[in-house]
Amino acid sequence: MAIWLQRLALDRWRHSEGCARGEGADALPLALITETAHGPRVDAANDAGAEAGAAPGMMLADARTLCPSLKAVPGDPAGDLAFLERLTVWAQRWGPWSAMDAPDGLLVDVTAVAHLFGGEEALLEDAHARFAAQGLAARAAIAPTAGAAWALAHYAPAGTILGAGEDGAARLSTLPVAALRLDGDVLLVLRRLGLKRLGDLLGIEDEGAGRDAIQRRFRNRRSPSANPLVRMDQLLGRVPEPLLPVVAVEAPLVQRRLLEPIRHRSLLDRVLEDLAEDMVRTLEARGEGARRLELGMWRVDGEVAVRRLELAAATRDASHICRLFAARLDDVDAGFGIEMLRLLASWTEPLALAQADLDAVAEEHGTSLAACIDRLTVRLGPKAVRRPVPRASHVPERAQTWQSPLEPEKTSQDLLDLHYRPLKLLETPEQIAVLYASPDGYPRRFRWRGGVHEVVRVEGPERIAPEWWREKGSARLRDYYRIEDGEGRRYWIYRAGLAGDGRGGMPDWYLQGLFA
Amino acid sequence: MDLSALPKAAQLVLPGEPASRWRPGLGRWPDTARALHSEVFASADEAGGAACALALALDDMRGLDKERLEEKAVLWVQDDLSRRRNGVPYRPGLPRELRHRLIHVAARKVEDALFALEEGMRCRDLACVIGELAGNPRALDLTATRRLSLAAEQHGVPLFLIRHDAQRDTSSARMRWQVRSAASPPPRWNPAAPGQPSWHAALFRARAYPPGEWILRDDGTSLAAERPAEQEARSPDHGDLAATAGARSLAAL
Repeated sequence: MAIWLQRLALDRWRHSEGCARGEGADALPLALITETAHGPRVDAANDAGAEAGAAPGMMLADARTLCPSLKAVPGDPAGDLAFLERLTVWAQRWGPWSAMDAPDGLLVDVTAVAHLFGGEEALLEDAHARFAAQGLAARAAIAPTAGAAWALAHYAPAGTILGAGEDGAARLSTLPVAALRLDGDVLLVLRRLGLKRLGDLLGIEDEGAGRDAIQRRFRNRRSPSANPLVRMDQLLGRVPEPLLPVVAVEAPLVQRRLLEPIRHRSLLDRVLEDLAEDMVRTLEARGEGARRLELGMWRVDGEVAVRRLELAAATRDASHICRLFAARLDDVDAGFGIEMLRLLASWTEPLALAQADLDAVAEEHGTSLAACIDRLTVRLGPKAVRRPVPRASHVPERAQTWQSPLEPEKTSQDLLDLHYRPLKLLETPEQIAVLYASPDGYPRRFRWRGGVHEVVRVEGPERIAPEWWREKGSARLRDYYRIEDGEGRRYWIYRAGLAGDGRGGMPDWYLQGLFA
Repeated sequence: MDLSALPKAAQLVLPGEPASRWRPGLGRWPDTARALHSEVFASADEAGGAACALALALDDMRGLDKERLEEKAVLWVQDDLSRRRNGVPYRPGLPRELRHRLIHVAARKVEDALFALEEGMRCRDLACVIGELAGNPRALDLTATRRLSLAAEQHGVPLFLIRHDAQRDTSSARMRWQVRSAASPPPRWNPAAPGQPSWHAALFRARAYPPGEWILRDDGTSLAAERPAEQEARSPDHGDLAATAGARSLAAL
């Protein structure tokens, strides 16, 4: 579905002035202008202004000669774009996927969702009504390709539907060539060639050598917006346009449109429970469980709040979903009320039906591991709950990495237990002051965190060279010592470098690990 | 013949101990009181506290895991300060049976750590929960510890809470230990190297047992405990000296 907001900039200005079309400030001739290098230029003119002769693209001085009373207001292209972006997200109420079509249009993928609104006609009516309620002039059209929908929205009567089974070329042949989304200079060339309608262009293509002729004329135009043939192919669906999804994957989607906008948390929780139950039924029918859920809340005033949730394991437990979302809904601003809620499972995994074991459930209480991890992740964040896994590296701090707890561990060669490794590793090695008999000999005594430790027993050195393939050439090797101090405390300390290795001065000592 | 009148195996292990004293492997017998909420006080400048808590947890698990073949995960929760002071668990240094089962939670605040501990204990798929908190945070008051104790006892998941550099404040923990590293016995092949980890553990408050002090040592299959006095009497090991001394006094050497 393509939606064209014909007078987006003017509608926004009128909204900021708080007047209806043709009334109040809008009754006088007015133009929205931009400052250019050659002086102010008219971007858009209201009805009275257009009647007086102001047209988009005109210089303001020219327009003033036609209509001296023309009022000039600076336009706000950045604001329009931000508004369009918000509107595009909001337009996902009609489909799970939408794209901006700057400066004044948007595209919504309504594949297989029209039945939720009672058919494609009802969907278009709903879209027109929604935009009219917001005070935006809009024209919408539905077609199998984005290009055809765009052409119909701009150059056909509002609410045109091109069905999937219809002959697109025949239906579209009466539209002007401007419907191909081409640049101005290309349109000029086509007009000079006498190609005014899509039918003319299609007719030439059908004549055999005609296509080659057009191809030659536009052979060095790679951009689709400069090449009418590419645009025509996109329009008719002969070449893919990256806008369209390659495979139409239907994500499980449930929604509730509310008769009365809700503003209170208790009602929101109630609706969320209903949605979760609907979602569980949908998932159960497909034999799937949700891994990622998105809850969208459409507000009356054109805002949408989205809350996302990622689960550690596929689940179909409605109460679990509700409980996790409850923690995320505390900061939702309901504004003037939420009128529609939608729950989308954007990532699902197969989850077979399991038989509930009545005896076991009665005996076992508490939560499952996946539920526990979900609860922890929702409160502490996904980075906080992790599992240490080995990594192929001999540098101690790189030999361990972290991954999410329920992910299967990658197969790796098990570490050889040739050397002792500490139970705890400090996040960054802490520098210590060491007293030693000779620079490359055993440490005798060291000072760490304000305390002096006598080295009673020591084993080492275990020499660990830096990873030369990823570190700089100036990285120094490390000599690790396993030591025990006079009170029985066991540490892992290292000397970074050797005296006279040409990579800096005297080597520093660090304490990196704490042994059991 | 009344079998219940005979001494149990555990009572035969340490003949000098009365049956009511704490000893390793208490979780193995159903009639002994299994403490589900233990606190281990230790300095943050050594890993002895964490290692001893792990050894106690392993000792507790070894009794139970024989019956169930499944291996449950272990949740390890740390707050920010304890992570900075005492470091994070390092997989190659963990006991072999725990390496693949560990789930680590890095909580930023103490409240979050307490939440994670409680959620962990409510989970039936966890073997035990290990927590590390530094200092005496305001959030960890008697009410909070009571919550933890109740959660542990309701769901049967043991909690071992390591308190780094903490005062002995009021708590409802069932067993409270003061742990520090102890000198390790010299290894056989390189007597100059640090040996098998040993900890001096003092049980200063327990609900079911009188206080006591032990030198604990995990030898990979079980937890060995000996009284500090016994160790002093036996060490140093003069085995070789005695052979060379013959009939002479050792002082003459």
